[in-house]
Amino acid sequence: MASLDDLKKRIVSVKSTQKITKAMKMVAAAKLKRAQENAEKGRPYSEKMNNIILNLSSGISDKENSPKLLSGTGEDKVHLCIVLTSDRGLCGGFNTNIIKKAKVYFENIKKEGKVLKIITVGSKGYDQLKRVFNENIIEKISFKDSKNINYFDAEKVGKIIINSFEKKEFDVCTIFYNKFKNVITQIPQAQQIIPLKASEVEGNSPEDNYEFEPDEDEILSNLLPKNISTQIFKAMLENSASEQGSRMSAMDNATRNAGEMVDKLTIEYNRSRQAAITKELIEIISGAESL
Amino acid sequence: MSEEFKVEIINPEKSFLLKEDVTEIVVPAFEGEMGILKDHISIISFLKPGIIKIFSKSQEENYYVEDGIMEFKNNNLSILTSSIFNIKDMDKNKIEENLKEAEAQSNTSDIDDQKKYLIDQKVEVLKSIH
Repeated sequence: MASLDDLKKRIVSVKSTQKITKAMKMVAAAKLKRAQENAEKGRPYSEKMNNIILNLSSGISDKENSPKLLSGTGEDKVHLCIVLTSDRGLCGGFNTNIIKKAKVYFENIKKEGKVLKIITVGSKGYDQLKRVFNENIIEKISFKDSKNINYFDAEKVGKIIINSFEKKEFDVCTIFYNKFKNVITQIPQAQQIIPLKASEVEGNSPEDNYEFEPDEDEILSNLLPKNISTQIFKAMLENSASEQGSRMSAMDNATRNAGEMVDKLTIEYNRSRQAAITKELIEIISGAESL
Repeated sequence: MSEEFKVEIINPEKSFLLKEDVTEIVVPAFEGEMGILKDHISIISFLKPGIIKIFSKSQEENYYVEDGIMEFKNNNLSILTSSIFNIKDMDKNKIEENLKEAEAQSNTSDIDDQKKYLIDQKVEVLKSIH
């Protein structure tokens, strides 16, 4: 059995760990509130954008010649996957969930004999994917230096995607991120952004006949690249809210577990202290009796 | 009958401005400035760099935009833009910096006509508010 001193040391160390997890939980809770607000504020933009694209694409007369970003290249050979993860760890299953979802998808693509290309955003995703899919990762991006999520960063990612699409380097593009449902639940999502999924475009029927200036095609070809950045920005916002939520519940759990451990150790400590006292007493008494 | 309609300006981070009592708005549409009154036909247009003027009964507000898209439908005008500033809040130094950058861009040769047109517009507008 461990000595009294060892037990005492362990109790102290568990307690200090608990303090850290508690602090992290508090920080995550504060950040979560802000991230959640940001995610909610950012929603109207992407919704409106989707609506306008919806109205536009239904107005296009010549489906054959519609922009490639909308209709796709007509092939399905090279898949580009953007995996959005966090830059920091200690956030429960947050990153693992995205990676798990992505890996299933990757395996499928490989099984079908298609070419897979990966761009990771956030260092944790790269760390987890490089072991198995190292030769597929064509780029890794990290926004460790920017404090807040901003549109500028999303635009950078968007430009990379569009540039490589214009060079015909891939046919289908999917992004992976965690959708924020509530603090406890985050749902890993796979969203196809190129070509735009038909189900999303045909969501509700357009009511109006619009006037366009300049013409539909021109607006669409200008708007679609912007939509990609917008979708990525939305994913980043959702992701950051999810990350904080996930971290908060993970740290809450850790704090509770540490508390349980301290209780257990304290009981053990008291027992062994009592045992030592009893032992000493017995020794004294039996010593006195033998006299 | 009232002559007012609703204007909403949204940028990616948040809803930038929401006004319900707008009587007239002038936007820098791609092919020229466009004034919009109530009951305008539904329209979608691109914005070029320029100034959005919003008139309501009591006041007039001016905003500078660099790009964006606007949609007018059922007396709701939405403007989506990633770069919008209230002219009152704009810093002289910042304007000058922007102006120099745009001028430099305009003088490089490897841009197509459409881009050049947009950048020249930007230069002009920045000069006018400078």
